[in-house]
Amino acid sequence: MSASPIFSSAAMGRPFILPPRLTAKKTAEILAQVGAIPKLAAVVPASRLDVCPAPEMVSSGIPQLDSLTGGLARGCLTEICGTASSGRTSVLLFALARATQRGEVCALVDASDAFDPASAAAAGMEMGRLLWVRCGEKYPSRKHPSAALSGCRKTGASYQGMSSGVPQVAENSFGFSRCGSTRWKNPESQRWESQLGQMLKVTDLLLQSNGFGMIALDLGDVPVPSARRISLASWFRFRRAVEHTPTALLVLEQQPIAGSCSSVLLRVSAVHSQRSGKKLSAVSSQLSGNRPAHSELPHTELLDQFEITAELLRSRLERKLERKPVQSTTSFKSRAAWAG
Amino acid sequence: MFACICIPDFPVQAIIRFEPELRARSIAVLAGRPPLEKVVALNEKARQSGVEIGATKSQLEAWEKLVLRARSESHETSARAALLDCAQSFSPEVEDTSPGIALLNLAGLEPLLGPLPKITRDLAQRVSQMGLEANLAVAANPDAALLAARGFSGVTLIPEGREAERLGDLPVDVLLESFSSDVAEAARWVEMFDRWGIRKLRALAALPELPVSERLGQPGIRLQKLARGVASRNLRVLGPRLIFAESVELEYPIVLLEPLAFLLNRMLEQVCARLGARALAVQELHLNLELAVTQPNGCASFTRTLRLPAPMLDAKVFLKLLQLDLQAHPPGAPIVKIYLSADPARPRALQSGLFQPVFPEPEKLELTLARIAGIVGEGRVGSVELLDTHREGAFAVRHFAPAEHEVKQSGNRKKNMSMPENDSACEREQKFEENAKENAQEKMSAVIALRLFRPPLGAMVTLREAKPVRMRCPEREDIAGEIVWTAGPWRSSGDWSEQEGWSREEWDIAVPAETALALYRLVQDKLSGNWFVEGTYD
Repeated sequence: MSASPIFSSAAMGRPFILPPRLTAKKTAEILAQVGAIPKLAAVVPASRLDVCPAPEMVSSGIPQLDSLTGGLARGCLTEICGTASSGRTSVLLFALARATQRGEVCALVDASDAFDPASAAAAGMEMGRLLWVRCGEKYPSRKHPSAALSGCRKTGASYQGMSSGVPQVAENSFGFSRCGSTRWKNPESQRWESQLGQMLKVTDLLLQSNGFGMIALDLGDVPVPSARRISLASWFRFRRAVEHTPTALLVLEQQPIAGSCSSVLLRVSAVHSQRSGKKLSAVSSQLSGNRPAHSELPHTELLDQFEITAELLRSRLERKLERKPVQSTTSFKSRAAWAG
Repeated sequence: MFACICIPDFPVQAIIRFEPELRARSIAVLAGRPPLEKVVALNEKARQSGVEIGATKSQLEAWEKLVLRARSESHETSARAALLDCAQSFSPEVEDTSPGIALLNLAGLEPLLGPLPKITRDLAQRVSQMGLEANLAVAANPDAALLAARGFSGVTLIPEGREAERLGDLPVDVLLESFSSDVAEAARWVEMFDRWGIRKLRALAALPELPVSERLGQPGIRLQKLARGVASRNLRVLGPRLIFAESVELEYPIVLLEPLAFLLNRMLEQVCARLGARALAVQELHLNLELAVTQPNGCASFTRTLRLPAPMLDAKVFLKLLQLDLQAHPPGAPIVKIYLSADPARPRALQSGLFQPVFPEPEKLELTLARIAGIVGEGRVGSVELLDTHREGAFAVRHFAPAEHEVKQSGNRKKNMSMPENDSACEREQKFEENAKENAQEKMSAVIALRLFRPPLGAMVTLREAKPVRMRCPEREDIAGEIVWTAGPWRSSGDWSEQEGWSREEWDIAVPAETALALYRLVQDKLSGNWFVEGTYD
C-alpha cells in the first residue's frame, strides 16, 4: 500500500490509519514525515472564499454626513430615523436632489403622502428625474377642512387628483405580521395597514424594474406601532433585492424598524442654537408664570440656522470598507428655502 | 425583373391568418344574405373533399369536418395591408394589383439584397412570417410574373427570354381570369378558345398574329402577347402607407378581459410584424372597442390610447400595458368589434456610455408605472411639475418619462485645447473655477423641508394680541400645546377674479413636543376664518 493517502489526509487535517504489518522503523519514518507536512486544513478552497467587495458609495450631498458614514451605499439599505422636526426629511430630500443632479433616476415612495414639491425644488431636485408614488386611499373620503366647513368651496390646487365619491378599493394585507390583530380593527390602523401594503408592493416593483439610482421610502408619519408591523421578511426581501444593484435604498422612519437588514442606521435630531434655546427656555418659563408669551426670536434664528445632528447608530459597512469611524456623530446646519 | 406575390384563396387565407389553428383543416368561406349564403372561397383541402364554389350552406351539411366562416372584410383589409407592407419592405415600387396580389419591381436590388434567388427566398419567408401562404414568381415583365404566380404554386423563377416556354403549360383560364374584368366576357372567350381547340397558352402564343388580329381584334392581340410573356407596362406604384391597423369583428360578444387578451395578442403581433418589416416602432397605440349597447343611452364605442415615452416594438409589453389599462378602465359592456391601430415612429437608437448613470429601460419602466398605477390609483404616480402661480402647493403630476442624462463637457477639455501662451488666462480660469466650487460648497447645505398633511389638519387656535398662543388639532392629539415661538403672519391671496379665489395667512410656530420642539406651519383661511396645520418643518 502506498503512503500517499496518508500524506494527503494529513495535509488536509483528516485522521489517517497506518497500514498493518509495518515495521517500527517504517512507522517512525512515516510519522516523522507526516509531522513535517504543513497543515493545509486552514487553506480555504477558492470556491468558498468570502469575497464580498465593498459597496460603491455615493455622496449624500452633505459633506459632514459623508465624512461620518462614507456616503450612501449602493446595493444596501440605509435607515434614517428621527422624530418630527428633527431634520430627517431635509436630509432625505437633499440626498435625492444630489442623486438627480448626478443624472440618476430616483423614486420616492411616500407612504403618508407628505412630500412637498416646493421643498424639493428648493433643495435643487431635478423634478423630471424623481418618480413620486403617493400611497394612500385611491379615492379619499377626507376633504380639505376648509371645503368641508365652507360648503362647496375648495381652497388650494394642491389637492387635485383626489376625486371623491368613488368607493375605496380594498387592499390585501401584504407583508404584515398578524399577531395581536385586535388593534387593527381601529380604522386609523387599517388605513395605515392599507397604505403600508401599497408601499411594500410598490417598492417590490421598483426594485425589480432596476435602473433607479436611489429609492427612498418615506415612513416618517407612520405611527411606530404600525411601522413595526411590517414583517422582517419584507425587509429581508428588500435587502436581497437591492443587493448587487446600483440602487441605494433609503428608509425614513421615526424609529428603527428594519433590524439587521439595514446596513447603516442613522439617527437624526435637531439642535437649536444656543441663543434660540435660551430664549425659548425663557419663553417657556414665562409661560409657566402665566405671563404673555411671545418670543422676539427672529425667524431666521430658528428656521434658517436649523442645526441637525446625525448619529451613526450602526454600520455594517465598516468591515467591508476597512475603515473605522473616527466619530459617531456630526452636526450640520440647514438653511431655509426662502433664504436663497 | 419583377416579382409577383399571389395569395391563392385570399378570403380563406385572411381568416387563417387570424386563426392559425385552422390551417390544417378544410375551410369554406360564405357570403351573402342569410339563409342564402354561398361559398365564395375555399382552401385546397376543401376543394379536394368535393366542395365547390357557389354551394349553399344547406348543401354543405354533408361535410361534417368542413369549417364554415363568414367572409370578413376587416380580416381581408388587414391581410392586404400586411401583404403590401411585406412587399414594400423589399422594394419601393409596389403595385397593389388586386386583393391578395402584389407586384414589385426588383430592379437594382441585387447589389443590396443579393442575387435574385436569395431575394425570392427571403420574400417568401417574410410573407410566411406574416401568416400568409403565397405563390411567388419572378419574371422580366410584371404580367408574366403575375401569370406565373397565379398559375404555378410555390416559387417560380423565369429567366429572361424564356417566358413563352414556361408560361406555355398554363391553361387559358388563368390568363382570362387574370386579365378580364368581366366574368361573362371571360367565359365567352374561354368557350371560343375551347371551340378552336386552344386550351394551353402555348397554343394561343403559336397562332399567327395577322389572323388573330383579323378575327379577335386588339383584345386578341393583347391576350396573345400576354400568353407569349412579351407584354410590357409600368407598375402603378403605391404611395407610402403608414396606417398600421388591425381589426376583428367578433361573432359572439366578449365579456371577460381574458379572452380579449388572446385576441389582442394576435393583433399586436401582427401590427408589430408589419412595423418591424418597415424598420419602424410604435409611438402611440389606439384601441377602439365597439360595444354591444344594452341601454339606449349607452356609449357604443370605447377608446383607449397608450402614449409611450419612447418608440417600442414588443408585442408582449403592449399586451401587458393594454391589460393593465383595461383593468383600470373596463369597457363596461360586451365587445363586438376590436380595432387596433399604431402610430409609427423611428426606433429608439441609443448609445450608452460606460460612465453614464444607470437608467431604467423604457419598456420595463412603462410596465412598472402601469402596475404601480393599478396599486395606488391613476394620477398618484409620476413626476411633479410646479405650476406657475403664487397659490401654495400648486403642482401637477405628469407621466414619468425621464430624459437621458447628458454628460456635460468639463472645463479640462477646453483647457487642454488652449494654447500654451495663454497660461495666465488658464490660471485665471482655474481660480474662477475654484471660487465657484467654494461658493457651491457654501451653498451645499440641506434646505429645511416641509412635510405636508394632506388634507391639512383642522386646528383650534387661541389668539392673544392677534397672535396665536395656543393650538390644538382635534384629529391629532399629539399636535397641541402652548406656542412658544411664532413668526408671521405672511399674507397672500390670489385668483380673486375666479370662483376659486383664495386668501390666507401663514404662521411658523414652535410647539414643545416630547423630546424637542416641533415646528409647524399654521395657516388661517381668511375667506372662511378657519385655522389648520398645513405641515411640519422637518
